[in-house]
Amino acid sequence: MARSPFGFPLQLSGCNSYQGADYRIAMSQDIQLDRVTMRFGDFVAVKDVSLTIHAGEFFSFLGPSGCGKTTILRMVSGFNEPSEGVIRIGGQDMAGIGPNKRPTALIFQNLALFPLMTVWENIAFGLEVRGVPKAKRRKRAEELLDLIALSGAAEKRVSELSGGQRQRVAIARALAVEPKVMLLDEPLSALDLKLRQHMRAELRAIQRRTGVTFIYITHDQGEALTMSDRVAVMSQGVIQQISKSAEIYNDPATPFVATFVGENNVFRGQVKAVDGDWATIETGHGQLRGRNRNGVKVGETALLFARPERLNLVNGDAGAEMNRLDLTLGHVDFEGSFANLFLRSGDSQAGEQAGRGVIMQMSNDGGLPRLVPGEKLPVGFAAEDAVILADGPLAAH
Amino acid sequence: MHRRSGSEILLNIYLWVFLFYLFLPLIVMGAATFNSSRFPTVTPWLGTTLKWFGELAADDRMWDGLISSLGVGIAVVVISVPVGLGAALLLTGLKGKSRTFVYGVMVSPLLTPGVIIGISTLVFWDRLGVGPGLHLATLGQCSFIIAYVMLMVLARLQRFDATLEEAGLDLGASHAQVFRRVLLPYLKPSLIAAAVLAFFQSFENYNTTLFTRGLDTTLTVYIASKVRTGLTPAVNALALILISITILGAIGYEILRRREQARDLAAKRRAAETERRETQLA
Amino acid sequence: MKDLVKRYGLMLTSYMVVASLVWIVLLVILPYFMMVNYSFRPNLVAADIGGPLDHYTIDNYITLFQNQVHFHVFLNTIWGGALVTFICLCVCYPIAYHLAKVATPQRAAFLLLLLVIPFWINEILRTFAWFIILAYQGPLNAFLKFFHIIDKPIRYLSGNGAVMVGMVYAFILFMVFPIYNAMESLDKNQVEAARDLGAPTWRIHWRVVIPHAKPGIAVGCIMTFMLAVSSYAVPSILGSTNSRWFTEIIYQWFFEGQNWPQGSAYAFILLLLCIIFILVMMRVFKVGLTDIAK
Repeated sequence: MARSPFGFPLQLSGCNSYQGADYRIAMSQDIQLDRVTMRFGDFVAVKDVSLTIHAGEFFSFLGPSGCGKTTILRMVSGFNEPSEGVIRIGGQDMAGIGPNKRPTALIFQNLALFPLMTVWENIAFGLEVRGVPKAKRRKRAEELLDLIALSGAAEKRVSELSGGQRQRVAIARALAVEPKVMLLDEPLSALDLKLRQHMRAELRAIQRRTGVTFIYITHDQGEALTMSDRVAVMSQGVIQQISKSAEIYNDPATPFVATFVGENNVFRGQVKAVDGDWATIETGHGQLRGRNRNGVKVGETALLFARPERLNLVNGDAGAEMNRLDLTLGHVDFEGSFANLFLRSGDSQAGEQAGRGVIMQMSNDGGLPRLVPGEKLPVGFAAEDAVILADGPLAAH
Repeated sequence: MHRRSGSEILLNIYLWVFLFYLFLPLIVMGAATFNSSRFPTVTPWLGTTLKWFGELAADDRMWDGLISSLGVGIAVVVISVPVGLGAALLLTGLKGKSRTFVYGVMVSPLLTPGVIIGISTLVFWDRLGVGPGLHLATLGQCSFIIAYVMLMVLARLQRFDATLEEAGLDLGASHAQVFRRVLLPYLKPSLIAAAVLAFFQSFENYNTTLFTRGLDTTLTVYIASKVRTGLTPAVNALALILISITILGAIGYEILRRREQARDLAAKRRAAETERRETQLA
Repeated sequence: MKDLVKRYGLMLTSYMVVASLVWIVLLVILPYFMMVNYSFRPNLVAADIGGPLDHYTIDNYITLFQNQVHFHVFLNTIWGGALVTFICLCVCYPIAYHLAKVATPQRAAFLLLLLVIPFWINEILRTFAWFIILAYQGPLNAFLKFFHIIDKPIRYLSGNGAVMVGMVYAFILFMVFPIYNAMESLDKNQVEAARDLGAPTWRIHWRVVIPHAKPGIAVGCIMTFMLAVSSYAVPSILGSTNSRWFTEIIYQWFFEGQNWPQGSAYAFILLLLCIIFILVMMRVFKVGLTDIAK
């Protein structure tokens, strides 16, 4: 069994809520948002969102700040009532049910641990207000402290704990009330980078072990992609795409997703031809071909996206399925395990059409050629590595 | 160590002169207690005595006044702390113009002379058929002491992290439970401080009490009447006792404050220590 | 209000509203209103109240301007209050500056503790202390005589002088603390920067420190003036028949003249005086009400 530096077991033995009898019970605890809209005055924070989060799932909302993801969290937990639409947990309409009556537990961005209570009192607070006798509360708190590898800290004050320890106490406090749904509002944002990566693994492990549905809010794509079963990408109150992590990256549904998640090259142009699942657009780099994901039509303006790591240097003639660009090397950023090549087109106009240059990523696998800025480089990428989407807003970088 | 400039030295001298000016009268007043002169003074010194403490203790009117003052003080604390707390909480829920207005009305008693509070209380309750007395003195004092309590609670409330309340609710607590277990413990230091302040304010109040007391006498009114008629160093004995209590209170407060500060500092150090060890491990 | 219910629940919110209303309406607004109402009515026996003789009149206000003695006392009170305020301001400014910007934090904390002690001691007792010092046979005369500065004792306790001295002593700390509070938030670097640019000390204060401390100065002046003009204890202990204070006349109307409407009118005039002073201070120092009521 692998252990984290904090002594917390990361791999858990044979305990999976997707199996066995628990599954049906868990099934009934799906969270459903049905045409939910939230307005604050004239401002629409969340616009007509419909989705279902399955019981036992690790589900993330990913988006830049102000995209409405925190509002969704606050509506699910009951601190805000939606202006329109229905939120159901386990099929039950949550309208009019206060946050203290919902089967949800929220991990606040600032954790909101009670500073005047000891660690164990914090963890047992939810039980205390439910009238659980003190001895029983204490026992449960000790169990949870074991779970988060903080056994000795029961009588400590919150102010004596480190950031990571506070994090884990907040999780234990939420788990103590045995919620059906855990809501986490960027809980790792206050930690430093290394600790954050460890906590990702711990959170994922706790979720697997407990089988509780996790709804996770973050603006950090790394967190969302590594931990989640599914990710919903949001922008300006609208859900852009709900998919598994790999699909979000490999098969973005909107220009926003394509540019918000990971690095991407963008080529704008007119659709020249459509054949089946494929399309060809006319750009400043000539005709480029890619997958026609959402069914653009001939004559429309469209965007073609190709990931930097899918670009290759081509020698001589490329295959028929290969898109080909003749570019000039601007400069190279050597990052260690890989290098980023910043390229511009020969006539310098084509790249500016989409507002960005072209980035190509080459892995440092021993085959990195010697490159000189100003050098002409023929670059190619396969049509199946490119996605063509109708023109739309890109993510701001 | 930087060299002190001439103006800094001058300022220092000025400060000590100022402190001397503040304390000398109190010292003179205290010292006069031990002079056997019938009139309270330090010149001429007619011999050292403790008899004025005895005379003070034998004065029934002083005891009556003391008991009245304690009673009024306790009543004022009992009324003003909960009401001031309620008013402070109410203000947190108001915004913009309405908040400014309500706030202005609430602090107006602090900008009103005490005699006017006393007079307005007297005429208003008289019209309702309630005559003057200690009960009216209590109400009159409350009208502005509540404002002090409100301000003190509000000052702490403004630093309160409202997500703690949300966390409490989220964990299933009722509003009353959140209030009792989360908000009230947080406000406790300010409530205690406000209670002490309210008691002191009431205990030494003169202006408002003067108009509302009727025929009753509080300790402050007793001292004032003694100073004007029938003055003996027994009053000094009383003054000395009150000053001593004040000084002890100030010292006690300072000790508590330093202990609290040291504890916070130690906790922070321990947290930082753990933090460092963890980052090394990670 | 809806936010409050959501945050605190219905019971607590109702309590807050009811408690605040009882306080504000029953203990503050209605008494003020009743006092003002009283001041515009004739002095009647209980049986006539509400009868045909009970009508609104401004006679009670005219009295002040017709009675030479009262009017003189009124002016004397304003002048005395202003003088006390001015002296306190001059004396306190360097003290507050020293506490806020010159002394180290530990030293400032210690000094503040020292200052708080007299602040907590009863106004009556602080006045009484000066009553002893200024007595005809008291230590001040003895001291001056001992050093042959005077030949025969001076009678201090007859005239405005003693009242002024007593008031300055009684209310001076109400000037120190607000100014100190305001100055504390001033960035020390601003002073250093001004000095670095070659500004003389008086100019640093005029252009940097005072503008920053304005709200504190305004509050200090308002508190001191209000306490001075409405003081009853100090003039009644340290004053004499030829140094009467406006509050003493109000007291006389109430408890010797048994003329409450007349007393209410004088009280309202005193209140107006304080309000006008507050407004003037707000205008002079260009500060808002929210700055003052801290």
